[in-house]
Amino acid sequence: MMRGKRRTKSILPGFSLTMGFVVLYLSLLVLIPLAALVIKSAELSPREFWDAVTAPRVLASYKISLLTSLCAALVNLVFGLLLAWVLVRYRFPGKKIIDGLIDLPFALPTAVAGISLTTLYAPNGWIGSLMPEGVKIAYTPLGITIALIFIGLPFVVRTVQPVLQDLEADVEEAAAMLGAYRWRIFTRVILPELIPPLLTGFALAFARGIGEYGSVVFIAGNMPMKTEIAPLLIVTKLEQFEYAQAAAIAVVLLIISFVLLLIINFLQRWSNRRLRSG
Amino acid sequence: MADIAANTQARHHTAAEAKHLTEPPVVKWILISVAVLFIGLMVILPLITVLTQAFSKGLDVYLAAIRDPDALAALRLTIMTALIAVPLNTLFGLAAAWAITKFRFRGKQVLVTLIDLPFAVSPVISGLIFVLLFGAQGLIGPWLIEHNIKIIFAVPGIIIATMFVTFPFVARELIPLMETQGVQDEEAAVSLGAKGWRVFFKVTLPNIKWGLLYGMILCNARAMGEFGAVSVVSGHIRGETNTLPLHIEILYNEYQFAASFAVSSLLMLLAVITLVLKSLLESRMEKQLSGKD
Repeated sequence: MMRGKRRTKSILPGFSLTMGFVVLYLSLLVLIPLAALVIKSAELSPREFWDAVTAPRVLASYKISLLTSLCAALVNLVFGLLLAWVLVRYRFPGKKIIDGLIDLPFALPTAVAGISLTTLYAPNGWIGSLMPEGVKIAYTPLGITIALIFIGLPFVVRTVQPVLQDLEADVEEAAAMLGAYRWRIFTRVILPELIPPLLTGFALAFARGIGEYGSVVFIAGNMPMKTEIAPLLIVTKLEQFEYAQAAAIAVVLLIISFVLLLIINFLQRWSNRRLRSG
Repeated sequence: MADIAANTQARHHTAAEAKHLTEPPVVKWILISVAVLFIGLMVILPLITVLTQAFSKGLDVYLAAIRDPDALAALRLTIMTALIAVPLNTLFGLAAAWAITKFRFRGKQVLVTLIDLPFAVSPVISGLIFVLLFGAQGLIGPWLIEHNIKIIFAVPGIIIATMFVTFPFVARELIPLMETQGVQDEEAAVSLGAKGWRVFFKVTLPNIKWGLLYGMILCNARAMGEFGAVSVVSGHIRGETNTLPLHIEILYNEYQFAASFAVSSLLMLLAVITLVLKSLLESRMEKQLSGKD
């Protein structure tokens, strides 16, 4: 850990005290426990590790987690843009409430969201019973996707909203003066500005979906190979006391999350640069 | 309330309201309707479901579910967990924000990334790492058993896992806020002869109080509502290691739906209070910022 030996002199007090506390707390609570994950999965030989993370049931769970998260993030991409647009550009009754409710998925405990969505979309639920014969939502990948749409809802809205707010009106105005139609202005002038925050929000929602557990376990049905998500498989392995295998599955899941995190960081830097140069 | 509404109205009032810069009214109202419908379906309907299901067997069942000894024990554990996790993470957030925003040192960006780390980790993995560390087959599990210390499947594990998942909230709220405020105020106070803690309490704290409260409220909501991480380390012992979210799961899996939703309604109330406080604080912070400009 770099302890700031080269810091420039400051007249403010408290650097060693706060920095020492931060490094200690961070190491004890986050870094050492995360290292335990790597150490535990290293108890497996490379061969065993590979077998653990490529078993058909494990691969199926990765596939379900990735696909449902991707679909949910795509839905949130579209509706997130729409919600951000409506909340920034228009005035309508109840707008303040809608704006506040966007953050509900952050504030509502996931277990509550899980049982509530399951009740709604179960075959005898308010929405589930409206479905035509043979179409099931709860206990299918579609149900998992619905839960992940709920969980990922705030991300795109909250990343796009501030950028849309700060968008200079004069560029739009100039385009309108030149006789461009509204749709053309949107696709040629506004949308390009929104692409970095849209992608950031999408990646955040996607990453959150891959790791999500509480809201999904109730609605998923949890059938191995069909509706078993990767985080649930980790729990199952733990309950069977196969610690090293659970750790191996978790390591792969973490690597996926970190790659997404890197992409998000890159996107944010890209978007900041664009904003500054624009 | 009125001034807050006016405040946000002003914020949302962009220059793009000129006639040639908006969509035709038909398009506008279609877009608004679709957006409202989406929120209605995805957010409002689940909230209504919680309430209707909670009272579906009548008020007596509702009250019985909430007054049940196991529910009260879960409530106590949830509150206790938050009372430990939130202050500790607040202290950490303050220290981290002070070190990161008031001084220059190498590796700052690495530190900021590491602080955000728990947000990138799946809740299940957040629980798993502590089982791998403290569990019976864990790295220091045998030593703990020898010394008769129980962490996993006990209350300490629940508190530690909650601290991990709520770790970044206060820090990530304070770092950008204190970054924009700079160091001039503090430096002025120091050169006038003020000592360390006095500078913090008299100069820094008044500047960041709303942001600090904001971070603490979000931290608290997550601490009380966390499910995945806590579920992995808890062992689900009724009346002992069950938090409210875990109690909801048990009731639901036992087909006691009305009771499960009754307990859920308590957590939903927490979520609604959190959102209201959050938006109140947001307008406070906006005012404080605009007052300074």
